[in-house]
Amino acid sequence: MVATTIAGALLTLRAWAVDPTELPDPRLQARYLALTHELRCMQCQNETLADSPVELAADLRHHVRDLLLQGKSDDEVRAWMVARYGDFILFRPRFSPRTAWLWLAPGVALLIGAGVCWRIVRGRAALVDADREPVAGDDTEAQDTRG
Amino acid sequence: MNRFALPMAVFVALVVVLAIGIEHSPQKGIIASPLIGKPAPPFSLPSLADPVRAVASADLKGRWYLLNVWGTWCFECRAEHQMLLEARDAHALPLIGLDWKDDDAQAREWLTQLGNPYEAVALDHSGSTAVDFGVYGAPETFLINAQGIIVYKYVGPLTRDVWTNEILPRLPPHAAARS
Repeated sequence: MVATTIAGALLTLRAWAVDPTELPDPRLQARYLALTHELRCMQCQNETLADSPVELAADLRHHVRDLLLQGKSDDEVRAWMVARYGDFILFRPRFSPRTAWLWLAPGVALLIGAGVCWRIVRGRAALVDADREPVAGDDTEAQDTRG
Repeated sequence: MNRFALPMAVFVALVVVLAIGIEHSPQKGIIASPLIGKPAPPFSLPSLADPVRAVASADLKGRWYLLNVWGTWCFECRAEHQMLLEARDAHALPLIGLDWKDDDAQAREWLTQLGNPYEAVALDHSGSTAVDFGVYGAPETFLINAQGIIVYKYVGPLTRDVWTNEILPRLPPHAAARS
């Protein structure tokens, strides 16, 4: 279902795409389009295989097509490309010790941000409490957040 | 004052990390090949000199050789040609050409006009062998050892600097001594 939606979306894009390839099975075609949109053209480097007009991209698309027709899985096609061109060919890097920081950094940044927010909110809350109870001795923390 | 100290420190640290990253990024646009240290992909392709004969990786086993990917359509290949001729004359190791998606007649003409640095030229009409080697732009040069392992790869026109400082030092002593 998702695959057909993607295929539908991609098929409308195909009208002005550089790649006229048509696979016999619509499911294969959907996988072909998904794969060529997430593999990098090594020559132009910021374009996907699907978008690049250079000959090497056409050759690599041809290999993607052949591998799919041979019954290879998406992961096998990606592995085939990575064996030749390295991780760089994947626009969506795999999770590995080398790329762990890449995937985990946003989560870590989010946690740090949440921690900072929590501290600020707690500080403000303490400030409100301090205002309500002017005699409370703990006004150093309130001072700290104000300063 | 104090409340800005930590964000400022984080910002400065980030700038330093990024500056180091940019400074030390290996030659921009050059992608490390995953094939270094791995067996060269096997190939058996028709020879330019005699299309009935084959240039095959199996026949090259037991010898160190340079596999040079080129094509007459490749502008930069002309720039490295003189260096290839010098490399041939050094007799350190044979040069094998991989003529990538080229026209045979034009390739022959190119070698007649500019000189032929290659012991043999393999014709990769489909481009499949180049893809197996992870080639993404000619010229590219692979140093392959006697066991058929890719020892080193250079992307771009071969220079005297690369020949002297990257290729010759990697050769076994007797081969390098002849140059």
